[in-house]
Amino acid sequence: MGKRSQGNRMTRRHFTEHLMGAAAMAIPAMTFTRSLRANAAELKKNERSCILLWMSGGPATIDIWDLKPGSVNGGPFQPIATTGEGQISEHMPQTAQLMKHLSIVRSMSTREADHGRGRYYMHTGYVPNPTIDHPSYGSVVAQQLGDQRESLEIPPFVAIGGSSVGPGFLGMSYAPFVVNSQGRIQDLKLGIEASRAASRMQLLNALEKRFIEEDRGLAASEHAKVLRKTQDLMTSKQMDAFRVEQEPAEVRERYGNTNFGRGCLMARRLVEVGVPFVEVDFGGWDTHSNNFATLQNNRLPQLDQGMSALVADLEQRGMLGNTAILWMGEFGRTPNINGNTGRDHWARSWSVVAGGAGFAGGKVIGETNADGTAVETEPYTSEDLLATTLSALGISLDSRFTSRSGRPMKIANGGRLIKGLLANA
Amino acid sequence: MKVRRPSNLRPDSWRCGRSAGLAPLLIGVGVFAACLSLATAEEPSEADAGEAAGATSAAASGSPDKRERYRAGDPAERFPQVALINKYIRQGWTDEEITPSPPATEGEWCRRIYLDVLGRIPSVEELEEFEKSRAPDKRMRLVDDLLGAKYLDEYTRNATTLWTNLLIGRSGGNENNTLTNRAGMRQYLRETFRENKPYDRMVHEIVSARGVNKPGEENFNGAVNFLTMKLAEDGVLATSRTSELFMGIRVQCTQCHDHPFNSWKQDQFWKMNAFFRQAVALRRFGGGQNVQFVELANQDFGGEGNTPEEAEIYYEPRDRILRVAYPEFTDYDGTVHEIERSGYISDVDRRQELAKLIVKSGYLPRAMVNRVWAHYLGYGFTKPINDMGPHNPPSHPELLDQLAAAFRESGYDIKQLTRWIVLSEPYSLSSKFGDGNRQDDPTMGETPLFSRFYLRQMRAEELYESLLVATEAHKTRGSAEEQQKAKEMWLQQFVIAFGTDENDETTTFDGTIAQTLMMFNGDLIKQATSTEEGSFLYRVATNPRLRGTKKINYLYKAALARTPTSRERRLMTKVLGSRPGQTDAIRDVWWVLLNTNEFILNH
Repeated sequence: MGKRSQGNRMTRRHFTEHLMGAAAMAIPAMTFTRSLRANAAELKKNERSCILLWMSGGPATIDIWDLKPGSVNGGPFQPIATTGEGQISEHMPQTAQLMKHLSIVRSMSTREADHGRGRYYMHTGYVPNPTIDHPSYGSVVAQQLGDQRESLEIPPFVAIGGSSVGPGFLGMSYAPFVVNSQGRIQDLKLGIEASRAASRMQLLNALEKRFIEEDRGLAASEHAKVLRKTQDLMTSKQMDAFRVEQEPAEVRERYGNTNFGRGCLMARRLVEVGVPFVEVDFGGWDTHSNNFATLQNNRLPQLDQGMSALVADLEQRGMLGNTAILWMGEFGRTPNINGNTGRDHWARSWSVVAGGAGFAGGKVIGETNADGTAVETEPYTSEDLLATTLSALGISLDSRFTSRSGRPMKIANGGRLIKGLLANA
Repeated sequence: MKVRRPSNLRPDSWRCGRSAGLAPLLIGVGVFAACLSLATAEEPSEADAGEAAGATSAAASGSPDKRERYRAGDPAERFPQVALINKYIRQGWTDEEITPSPPATEGEWCRRIYLDVLGRIPSVEELEEFEKSRAPDKRMRLVDDLLGAKYLDEYTRNATTLWTNLLIGRSGGNENNTLTNRAGMRQYLRETFRENKPYDRMVHEIVSARGVNKPGEENFNGAVNFLTMKLAEDGVLATSRTSELFMGIRVQCTQCHDHPFNSWKQDQFWKMNAFFRQAVALRRFGGGQNVQFVELANQDFGGEGNTPEEAEIYYEPRDRILRVAYPEFTDYDGTVHEIERSGYISDVDRRQELAKLIVKSGYLPRAMVNRVWAHYLGYGFTKPINDMGPHNPPSHPELLDQLAAAFRESGYDIKQLTRWIVLSEPYSLSSKFGDGNRQDDPTMGETPLFSRFYLRQMRAEELYESLLVATEAHKTRGSAEEQQKAKEMWLQQFVIAFGTDENDETTTFDGTIAQTLMMFNGDLIKQATSTEEGSFLYRVATNPRLRGTKKINYLYKAALARTPTSRERRLMTKVLGSRPGQTDAIRDVWWVLLNTNEFILNH
């Protein structure tokens, strides 16, 4: 954990505890803390954030970002021109208009083609390992950027519509806060007056401390940290960011009346209040059969609408320069079309998309061969993508984690920068 | 038939303790002593293996000290399998030069064993009964009670819940257009655990099951629910889940290609898969579009080449040259078993054959021992527990081998296996770090040495049941069916399905903010902290025998299975005294206790 953030947290915690001590005088302590924090300087100007559009199931990138018309593997979809360098699927017309903001990496080559392993690997930059749990993108960014955001009262890592991958050795306070795309958060209100709530919390914190001091392992102190985060969130105005229904009707329509569309809109609202990492889960890409009809009639229209709305909206609001967008799944799908007009799992040659914040826009990086079965240029891995994304967010790759066993660990597993994917490179 | 025998395998397994009930009588018998000394002779470190083995041979020679310990309730004296566990676990401590944590308090031990065996914390009365007992073998007596007739309903409920989640997931039966009947699965498992059916028979029944999935229908067989929804896409899920659950091998990734880290190859996946290809899940419709029930049946399988007398299937390796596969099973020791290739059910019932092969295999007891061990000790001998191939060696290989052999020789008696584990030394230790085992921390990626009890979260189901008991709501519950329904509804809020072909899911009930919000403000907690007339807190508040600090003591025991420290007592007295006569104060105290780390963590 960074030294600076540790210091901040201690101060804030002490402060809160002092206030809670004063609760006996019937000061509504939590509300008071809140307003003080809300007055803190708006430091958001250069705060960077990341929105990960996670395509659960493994999308057929050969039918979306790297088409192979004329090959036996090509399938029926035709490529269309975009405002960027490359062509993409005809079923992504709105996104095609915005490709000047997004770059495609067509030379991803990974080795994990099982959902569980692929999900873990693409989220952490590490292959699953029996002795250590690694933190996912969201947890890393939450720890690196979220801890410094004093005015942030809600969790620094939000996962919408899916559960993402956990915080690993960084601990439960960097776990994703999982919500559905309706943004309804259960059990948010305590329903008792603030002074009484404050005295409950004070008593609870005292009891927590005792059990922690008995030295029984991390789970005890992790619990206390999550308690504190929950206390913060319960009284925060920032929780309104989850309420997409507050958006004007035309904005909601632009994003689409789908779970993915609402998730994208919620992501924008969360980034606006300072959440450094939001993951929007969009499933249904595991197209072992009936791949083309599923993509054309169902997945791609929703993806195109939500993704293009998000890029355009961030751009219009002047947020794109500080908000990275990353699109990927756990792997791609076989160039070979199987007997059920489906495509199976395939990790050897596939594509991801990135834009905003420090990413370059409009580029096509890397190339696959004529039938899509192999990467012909420098191949890139999950580690490389993670390293490049962290750089785009202004996080130094020299950062080290200290794993719980005291072992120093590189922040992106030694990944290399993907050439051409960063704007300033 | 070719036989490959990996060198790390013991040539012969542990052959004593055939009947655990007779085990104490066998202690003096030469066969047993010889067996154990054979085992110890293989160990380089005589000194440490000594403790357990030495104790046993002393008992064999009838030393009064040892007989005393036997009478005094040392479970290692009564059950050689407990001595075996203690011996190998201590061996690990010696090898790593650590000393274990001190024993847990009686209250801690009592709380954890109720949680782990029954899925709930003990009531104040149960705790006090245990603590008051002067019997030297009171721990064994409690285990007998928990595994015996006294708690049969609750034991059965908990085992049923655990295995329902394992076999069909937390969302199984609640999906749109589901082919799974959750109640049917539960009914089968309830009957299974109620009679403590041998584990091999249970697995045989589940793998080979035929019949209707819904209770009350003709030809009902709840066991079919494991497979009814796993047969799509050529039964890939049936193949991978069966291997994972009953054999401890993860094979999903070998479906598409040979995997560098997995000893199972792609051909083995499809040869295993071929066993499932006669199985079909037939939808039976009631009125309209709704599936009324599903029947799992076997049908003649023509093979993908339409040659039923040699019904083959094809798969495609990365070189894209199609290969053919017939049903073939590779055992743990490398032995390859082929069965008749015909797809006609009149010739051969492929799932019957598979069931026979699995229950006779070396995989079955190892996978189950690893699973049960992980349930009680928090970590298995491998991580994850369902991936036990040579690429992922176990932390205590000899113990795993010998415990697996003992489990098989017990007649696959799940309760016996449970008894050995919960009466073992590692299960009895404190969760606090000691002076000499700082490094034994699997949360830091260390291999578990089981020198202390590892903290873990209650499962959502355990919290639910524990709250009912802590608030005595279990005494006034509705019908079993209504209770189950209410519980399942509540549980669904924590389940997230990934919606992939692996059918996997996860839970947010793992120490997240969502869980904390529920514990702060959820309806369940509101009920638990209610002070309405007749409620738990109302009774505590108005009980004339619970005056002053006794009230606080009672609440502490109910939630945490201990009495408060003097500091805590002062704090709590202050809260209760601040608003005398008001129920708000007692609600606050109770709410706080239920929200502590100490309550939600099994320690």
